[in-house]
Amino acid sequence: MMKGGLARELLRLSVLCIVAAFVLGPLVATALGGFKSNLEIRTNPMGLPASWELTHYLGIIRDPSFWSYLGNSLVISLLTVFLTLLVGAAAAYVFAQIRFFGSRLLFSYLLLGLMFPFATAILPLFLKVRDLGILDTYWAVILPQTAFGLSLAILLFRTFFEQLPRELFEAAYVDGCGYVRFFFRFTLPLSTPILATVGTFVFVQSWNNFLLPLVVLNSREAFTWPLGMMQFRGEYMTAWNLVLAFVTLTILPAIVFFLAAQKYIVAGLTGGAVKG
Amino acid sequence: MSTIPESFPERVGRTLRDGRFTAVILLLPPALVLFSLFVIVPLAESGRYAFFDWNGYGEPADWVGFENFERMFGHSVFHQAIWNTIKLVLVSLLVQMPLALALALMIYRKTPTNAVFRLIFFLPFILAEIAAGLIWSFVFDGNYGVAAGITHAFGGEPYFVLGDRTWAFVAIMTVIVWKYFGFHMMIYIAALQGVPQDLVEAAKIEGAKTLDVVRHVQIPLIKPAIMVSAFFAIIGALQVFDVIIPLTNGGPSNSTQTVVTYLYTFGLSRLKIGFGSAVGIVLFLAAVLIAVFYQRFSNRAVSR
Repeated sequence: MMKGGLARELLRLSVLCIVAAFVLGPLVATALGGFKSNLEIRTNPMGLPASWELTHYLGIIRDPSFWSYLGNSLVISLLTVFLTLLVGAAAAYVFAQIRFFGSRLLFSYLLLGLMFPFATAILPLFLKVRDLGILDTYWAVILPQTAFGLSLAILLFRTFFEQLPRELFEAAYVDGCGYVRFFFRFTLPLSTPILATVGTFVFVQSWNNFLLPLVVLNSREAFTWPLGMMQFRGEYMTAWNLVLAFVTLTILPAIVFFLAAQKYIVAGLTGGAVKG
Repeated sequence: MSTIPESFPERVGRTLRDGRFTAVILLLPPALVLFSLFVIVPLAESGRYAFFDWNGYGEPADWVGFENFERMFGHSVFHQAIWNTIKLVLVSLLVQMPLALALALMIYRKTPTNAVFRLIFFLPFILAEIAAGLIWSFVFDGNYGVAAGITHAFGGEPYFVLGDRTWAFVAIMTVIVWKYFGFHMMIYIAALQGVPQDLVEAAKIEGAKTLDVVRHVQIPLIKPAIMVSAFFAIIGALQVFDVIIPLTNGGPSNSTQTVVTYLYTFGLSRLKIGFGSAVGIVLFLAAVLIAVFYQRFSNRAVSR
């Protein structure tokens, strides 16, 4: 019995290690590739570099456009998160707190965004952004991203708000606190767990978004990092070591962020996606 | 609460005084305006533009009826895109989900080692698709990448899998499995942790083998999670775009197009608004159909 258990445990661990190698192999090869000469990448793509060349990494870190790409992505992602949380929570609060004629209909209307992929209406969306005159600005990415994120945010927020104790509102109401003030003074501060979960979800989506920025941003000054990375790749077609260093530096913040906030990320990405 | 029914003017007066009305007209419109302007209106416009031949400048004037749809359904590249999407769904259902489930069963218990593996397996999911695609285009590069290292070690000629019509899409499906199996695994793990441990123990005391417990206790109990993950696999297959661009850009000779890369290549990048909108409409209908089908299917499964 004991022997069988041990063999099984060894089998389990070896399967897990093989899968882990499949997952990490490409990432490790990428990070190491940034330290190698182009010649060495050809002959030794996976192993440790013969000598650790820092020049490729340093070159990218000293390149101002690299920081401009990351900066653009950060501003766009943070503003998207801020807007989605504020606008989404406000609407969800109304649906959770106030029954009025047509509220159910409006709620269903706002959930329509859960039904179809973002790419569906990308062409008219491009024209809309162009006609509003915000092409090539941060808003061209922020506003559509927020709009598409609202459905899921409102759904999750409303569920959470409805579970907040009603007595609290009644007490505040007796003390003369109106609906709008209650939202900012009590509902929002009491909802940090769901705000964090939705916020992380929205942030990761925005940080990784490629299709929308590709369509609405034209100038390098406005590029987000995925666009910048493709631009860089196009300029250095054969210099894989430079491209790999670039990729490593751009995914590093994501990995650090993931390790730091894994609880919210896992909850936000699986729980958020499963949407109850 | 109040025992005396209010009259209508009284109710309006109270609603105005306690700020309920202010709350509705202050807090709701931002969401409604943003959502309508950037989601619903473009979607409705897609439905209109799909019947025009239009380059996006001026007003659409050249009404062509169903011609855009006819051209699309008669286009061999579109057939390839649909077929590739079906292949993605099949790989998700037949390779990715069983793999994810097997791994979930191996590491769902809360131990430190399991936590490390969970973290590793979930890692690709948080990376940008575009970065994943670029990383794997290096892996598959016949001159430089890991593929080159392998052919080199065996003394073979450089081989470019991404340039091979027959195998390029298999390579892409590998990347897709690499990127998303951790997500499905996490869904199963969450569900497995919700299965009462006594049930599993009881079955074991009764003499059930581990595999029987998995088959007759655990899998039936996490069926809703499996349905959700299947739903995401199918909806996800409809949307694959970012990964393809750095890997093959839809090539060689359009053999790795998906519905969205097709929309991008033949609609957007040539500014054929009408044609691209028609593709968008087909994508929309497919998504709605899947959602409706899923609703009915999951309702039936639950009520059983």
